[in-house]
Amino acid sequence: MELTRRNFLKISSGALLLSSLGINLEPAKAYAAELRTKGAKETTTVCPYCSVGCSIIVSVKDGKVINTEGDPDSPINEGALCPKGASIYQMANNPYRVTEPLYRAPGATEWKKISWEEALNKIARLVKKTRDKYFITKNEKGQVVNRVDAIAHVGSAALDNEECYILQKLLRSWGLVYIEHQARI
Amino acid sequence: MTNQYNDLKNSDVILVMGGNPAENHPVSMKWIMKAKEQRGAKLVVIDPRFTRTAAKADLYVPIRSGTDIVFLGGLIKYIIDNNLYFKDYVLHYTDAPFLVDPNFKLPEDLDGEFSGYDPKKRAYDKSTWKFQLDENGVPKKDMTLKDPNCVFQLLKKHFTRYTIDTVSNVTGAPKDKIEEAFKILASTGKPDRTATVCYAMGWTQHTVGSQIIRTFSIVQLLLGNIGMAGGGVNALRGESNVQGSTDQGLLFHILTGYNPTPVASDVDLKTYIEKYTPKTKEPKSVNWLANRPKYIVSYLKAIYGDKATKENDFCYSYLPKRDDTQNCSWLMLFDQMYQGNIKGFFAWGQNPACSGANSNKVRKALSKLEWLVCVNLWDNETSSFWKGPGMDPKNIKTEVFFLPAASSVEKEGSVTNSGRIAQWRYKAVQPYGKSMPDAEIINELYFRVKKLYEKEKGAFPEPILNLTWEYGEKDKTGKIKHVDTKLIAKEMNGYFTKDVNEHPVDKKSYKKGQQVPTFVFLLDDGSTACGNWVYSGSFTDAGNMMARRGKEDPTGLGLFPNWAWSWPVNRRIVYNRASVDPQGNPWDPSRAVIKWDAVNKKWVGDVPDGPAPPLALEGGKLPFIMKPLGVGAIFGPGLADGPFPTHYEPLECPFQENPLYKKHRINPTTKLFGTEEDLFVFCDTRYPYIASTYRVTEHWQTGLMTRHTDWLLELQPQIFVEIGTELAKEKGIKSGDKVIVSSVRGKLWAIAIVTDRIKPLKVMGMTIHQVGLPWHYGWRWPKDGSGGDSANLLTPTVGDANTLTPETKTFMVDIQKT
Repeated sequence: MELTRRNFLKISSGALLLSSLGINLEPAKAYAAELRTKGAKETTTVCPYCSVGCSIIVSVKDGKVINTEGDPDSPINEGALCPKGASIYQMANNPYRVTEPLYRAPGATEWKKISWEEALNKIARLVKKTRDKYFITKNEKGQVVNRVDAIAHVGSAALDNEECYILQKLLRSWGLVYIEHQARI
Repeated sequence: MTNQYNDLKNSDVILVMGGNPAENHPVSMKWIMKAKEQRGAKLVVIDPRFTRTAAKADLYVPIRSGTDIVFLGGLIKYIIDNNLYFKDYVLHYTDAPFLVDPNFKLPEDLDGEFSGYDPKKRAYDKSTWKFQLDENGVPKKDMTLKDPNCVFQLLKKHFTRYTIDTVSNVTGAPKDKIEEAFKILASTGKPDRTATVCYAMGWTQHTVGSQIIRTFSIVQLLLGNIGMAGGGVNALRGESNVQGSTDQGLLFHILTGYNPTPVASDVDLKTYIEKYTPKTKEPKSVNWLANRPKYIVSYLKAIYGDKATKENDFCYSYLPKRDDTQNCSWLMLFDQMYQGNIKGFFAWGQNPACSGANSNKVRKALSKLEWLVCVNLWDNETSSFWKGPGMDPKNIKTEVFFLPAASSVEKEGSVTNSGRIAQWRYKAVQPYGKSMPDAEIINELYFRVKKLYEKEKGAFPEPILNLTWEYGEKDKTGKIKHVDTKLIAKEMNGYFTKDVNEHPVDKKSYKKGQQVPTFVFLLDDGSTACGNWVYSGSFTDAGNMMARRGKEDPTGLGLFPNWAWSWPVNRRIVYNRASVDPQGNPWDPSRAVIKWDAVNKKWVGDVPDGPAPPLALEGGKLPFIMKPLGVGAIFGPGLADGPFPTHYEPLECPFQENPLYKKHRINPTTKLFGTEEDLFVFCDTRYPYIASTYRVTEHWQTGLMTRHTDWLLELQPQIFVEIGTELAKEKGIKSGDKVIVSSVRGKLWAIAIVTDRIKPLKVMGMTIHQVGLPWHYGWRWPKDGSGGDSANLLTPTVGDANTLTPETKTFMVDIQKT
């Protein structure tokens, strides 16, 4: 039997009736489970959109996300997802993402590809140059301030806690005080 | 959130105001609907627009955008006048009986301002905003609540004129609906009934945003709803980890765990501790933040390790210090950038060219940068600003880098939801293309900048060279090959830096390197390190608490204490000591969050707000442990714009003056920006309609993630403007027409949706039309420009007097057919 949505509904509603009659439904359930995610490795994730914290099961086969669905074990969402949460399959498999670092030189009209090595070295050099040039050791009152106002940062509520933690640690070690993110706006 | 999403099911009344959970936090509606279905709860929605949440409401009340304080102030008056407050709670758990300095004056006395206002500074001298103290230094009280100087009487006087007639006249809400809403909400001033509120940016994005939230906090204190199951004040935050990123101190004013960032006059650690450690003379107050020295010292130990010693002030001098008056918040940051004072800029997982209020100013500001680094999954309006509308790339000197980051399923770590629950998520697949997890990008930058300073020296290299960074195995050059985020989580939790024999808390011994069990074990002598004290307890020697998936529900309230981990110390409902009477018995035994077990002398239920016995017993403590006086604060002298919330008009409004206080049309302490981009208008016939920005289910924030998701873009392909049927008729606009929406700062096209969801309101004798637009769109994607641009091109550069959160919920526009 080809399992169309319609047939699946039949199985489900039949299942309700049959289970109350004490009939073993395990084979039907197993068949249903085979469909998309057989042989896939499952991990859980938390939805990257709003702040409810819905749990999502991510199924992976051959290194590729093949299915995402609401995690029924989570007491927060009990398997439910909104349209965004239900679409994270397309976030995981997204042809529009940038695959390598890009660089735009002053006055240039186009992006150019650049290696990670070159991009990171250039950025590190710019951070140092700007920091050294604009570093303020003491303010007008003579108080020690050890900061740099000429570099600023915004973001990011999109990062994990651990990433946010080392990010604030790094930025403050450089002397930044203009540190802001989504929470303000 | 003081409570949890699941806990919404325990409410009797749910107010949704300044939020739209059915649209923006859809799964939370599951719990709201459960409350309706299982408890017969009433859902009250107050919003300028009949929203998707309103469609499920028992009562919907329309309101003029920006008049929430009038509405809620009217509710406070209604509660007091009709004696509907929860007397025992108010007397014992709030500052209502406290006597205020007789020199303190209300806006009722001074036409719209509190005592101490300095118009030149647009700021208050708060010297009269204080309590009268007795000989022990504790506030004097009048337990009859009759003294004209007690907080209760001042509150009553403050809202005297907020009658239902006035509320209706100013907000535009119909009188019968106002009264019905008041009746439903005030019905919860009883031990066995609770109300909660779900709010979001509809409350915060106003020049009086903090005060709107305070107004309802006062309501909740009067009704005895804070600490209760189904109660509290619940911010539905906008992003999956905006709670966590705030907790980790990615803001100019806070370090991790809400420790304030130091300013220049905090010259050493002793000064810092003296200034930010609250003191109390109230013997029954826990005054939890008296522990501040332990948290700041342990933070310095976490980031500077062995280098931080008592002798060198734990490297306190390494922390950057703002000048005392230097505010570095969002609007100030872009103002500085616009004026050319910021040279280098990181936009990390954020798209300010679309999300920033007055986006034209933001976009121009970006063009003044020497260099810009964008870390994101998709190229966006910020990273490509130099080729955006009105830009000539040839004239823009900014050097721009785009670093592709891995998505949330391509790395491992935790995120914290609005209910403070930190949940662990796992890596499912390798990063896409050559993209890298953010943690790896941060690690690379750390290492490369450090190497440069090692080699070449430079300005004050010590904080860079001595930063702790032990997050995995290192290669030959000393660089960490792969960042293990679990090691970061362990540093955040905290650990012992040396053997501690007979710990003062439990007399047990702890070995160097052992994880601290909770922040209660942190010390201020350098023997503990802790990256973020509020996360202490999240990753202990027992393992990663954030990865737990236990489904037990011992209270039956849906608190699920073994599902992941919530800060602080896995407490699911904060201020829960206010859910019991002074003897420790739950106000509502059918929804007991905690209760005192008199036989075993301990609390059962949720993790209590401290182990001390109930207030009336020996050694008993007051419930609000974070407040130095131990009680809920109706009188709030900490705020910039007054100890009581007061209605001021939005920066842009249709009126010449404030209908309640003639002297001050707008919040007298709001900062006004002065560049040529910071224009605003009021009572201006060129811009006659009130506009708001908001979100739709199918998109998210600037739309970067969702515009690139074909399924979602197909559902909501382009920017629209919702216009009421009456206004559309007046303007000859039909649904589907392309219209131009303009403010004094910018304009954009949008597709008109003519709808009955927004009705004109009668305000002070005038017919007022309101319109609304989503802000999810941007010129960069979809590629053909068919989505339109950001609604923030219209919004003003002005913010809340306390937080400087931009006022993007109320501004004036015009609409013309193209």
